[in-house]
Amino acid sequence: MSDSSEILQPTDSAGLKTHGELVDEKIVRLYFVTALTFLSISMLAGLLMALQLIRHNPLRGIELFSPGRWRMLHTNAIAYGFLANGFLGALHWIVPRLTLQPVFSRKLSWVIYVAWQGVVLATAVGLLLGEAQGLEWGETPVWIDPVAQLGLLLLAINFMPPIARMKGPIYVTLWYFMAMFVWTFLTYAMGNFVPQYFVTGTSAGAVGGLFIHDLVGLFVTPLGWGMMYYFVPILLKKPIWSHGLSLVGFWGLAFFYPLQGIHHFLYTPIPMFLQYGAIVSTIAVELVVTTVVINFFGTIWGSGSAVKTNLPIRWFYTGMIYYFLTCLQCAFQVTLTFQKVIHFTDWVVGHAHLVMFGVFTMWIMGAMTYLFPRLLNRPWYSLKACEWHYWLSALGILVMASDLILLGLFQGWSWAALEPWDASVEISFPFWVLRVIAGLAMFAGVLVFIWNIFMTWTSVPEQSKVGDPALTAV
Amino acid sequence: MFESKAGILYIAGIGFFALAFVSNALVPALMYDSIPEQTVPELVNSNLRYQFEDLARRYPESFNAAYGEPPGGDAEHDDWWNEKCAEALRYGHKLYVGEGCWHCHSQFVRPVSNEEQRWGPVSRSWEYQNELNRPVMFGTRRVGPDLSREGGRRSNDWHAVHFHRPLDLSEGSPMPEYPWFFDGSPDRPNAKGLAIITYVQWLGSWLESYPHYEDFDPSFAPPEDPDQAGDDAQEETE
Repeated sequence: MSDSSEILQPTDSAGLKTHGELVDEKIVRLYFVTALTFLSISMLAGLLMALQLIRHNPLRGIELFSPGRWRMLHTNAIAYGFLANGFLGALHWIVPRLTLQPVFSRKLSWVIYVAWQGVVLATAVGLLLGEAQGLEWGETPVWIDPVAQLGLLLLAINFMPPIARMKGPIYVTLWYFMAMFVWTFLTYAMGNFVPQYFVTGTSAGAVGGLFIHDLVGLFVTPLGWGMMYYFVPILLKKPIWSHGLSLVGFWGLAFFYPLQGIHHFLYTPIPMFLQYGAIVSTIAVELVVTTVVINFFGTIWGSGSAVKTNLPIRWFYTGMIYYFLTCLQCAFQVTLTFQKVIHFTDWVVGHAHLVMFGVFTMWIMGAMTYLFPRLLNRPWYSLKACEWHYWLSALGILVMASDLILLGLFQGWSWAALEPWDASVEISFPFWVLRVIAGLAMFAGVLVFIWNIFMTWTSVPEQSKVGDPALTAV
Repeated sequence: MFESKAGILYIAGIGFFALAFVSNALVPALMYDSIPEQTVPELVNSNLRYQFEDLARRYPESFNAAYGEPPGGDAEHDDWWNEKCAEALRYGHKLYVGEGCWHCHSQFVRPVSNEEQRWGPVSRSWEYQNELNRPVMFGTRRVGPDLSREGGRRSNDWHAVHFHRPLDLSEGSPMPEYPWFFDGSPDRPNAKGLAIITYVQWLGSWLESYPHYEDFDPSFAPPEDPDQAGDDAQEETE
């Protein structure tokens, strides 16, 4: 396995390209700022829906602020506005530095940036005007889908050449990224076109399940783990513990993950043997996930104090613990026994927040905490604010997820006991109130982070060059 | 192979994805290919027609504004109603999707958790084999009740009042209000209001057991009779 930490330092000797030639820092910055903007909008949307549930929606009865529409904006802004933009920013930093090759074309990078924001904004406008497509996580109006598909193709065209120009075996991060470019393109095409134009009903449900699941498993997850395999060895200054486990993790994910989609629709009229297949694959992937997590804890073994002193490492490893927990939860909730109770309940909502915020958002936040000082050539304005951002996020999501997961059990049992429907709504209220409070804490964390970036940018004097000791304080 | 670009690109990237697509998407598609897919005009049935004509009787002004007057002549008359009903159903489905109703209301009854008793017959594949399930409206969350057997259970004016302001009818309901389905008051639904009610009344209208009412077993209800409650209290004190 290649020792990545050596080749990552920018250098101009021996004909290698300098950091400036490799990385377009402007676009990384812009992607991150855009991502945080959409995250804030998404969290406001989530807040609106949460307030509606506790019957304190301040914008009641206004068509453009309909909570149902903003609920879709919430999830789509997270997937395509925040996660996609955050990861794209990270890709523009990681891929050129890891391959020592610039992207195919910097101009194309900008075209993709503009096109992608067009897709996200058009999606938001379409959703608010009531033009959604009836596909969960793919509510993007049907007339935008082809543009988004083209954007994903351009993305692959821009990032594949630097990877393709490398000789010999490639590093783990690039396995994940390379496969991701193919998977995301295929997943988007499958999910948005097949159940709309080619199949209907139950078969459309099977495809919809695959889409929901692959979007997490084949788009977000490989980006997240690819990023971890890149940043963790650099920050800890040591190689990944076991190359063998890296192989198991990647190939296990590649094989089992795409086979699980139907577990979103258990006990539907989808044939039972397919449901069983999805359940078995899901439990199998939990074992794979365990190997990956063991690999990363093997890596940090002996340097554990880094989680105290190194903020990005703390973000990353907290995310990994949450990742393990969500996957463990998944291995249970996917069984038919659990499904009887928890399907349709807030348990699933808790699970979704734990994975999307507790894992992938945490990882992107860690990467941003690491990269912003380098992108701005300035040390953080306030490390204390960075700490606040971490604790509000880490504890906020823990409270929100536990709250909703527990509530899910109560709702499920209330329904199974044939209590009147209103009873299940009534028991939900205190939990929904706590969810609002936890969500506000998470939102406050993000606002503190944005404020910190702004202050760093505007009021900290610029340092001379990348790698200045003051920048490595986090 | 495991670390080479070709291996990752062709085996993991394309191969495994294709395997999953064939086994998990193509297999059910081929299995259900034999069930014909119904178009929206084919979905209009007599139960739905009854509800749709009832809308015309209850809200004549709104209805005429949205759909015009039915023509004379029996045959044309019937065609006209079917056509307008299909139009309303299609538009209602668009609203149901666009407003995100399907994120809080599921449309399938599972064979577990006593759902058959609460909601009605367990869902079957043929029920979804139609144009209005592209993509399918199964849903994944029940903040509110399942709607797949909702048709005919409540009257059109119940739905009108409920869409206008759910709290007027369902105490403690977290459902949002939809005043833009109306021209000012619940007795004046606009084209949107008429369409969404038509869509909701359609759900389950294809079943023989339509309309499905929940089984009511008094043993689950708390004692409401004051005498009864008094007796219980007495027994406890004795």
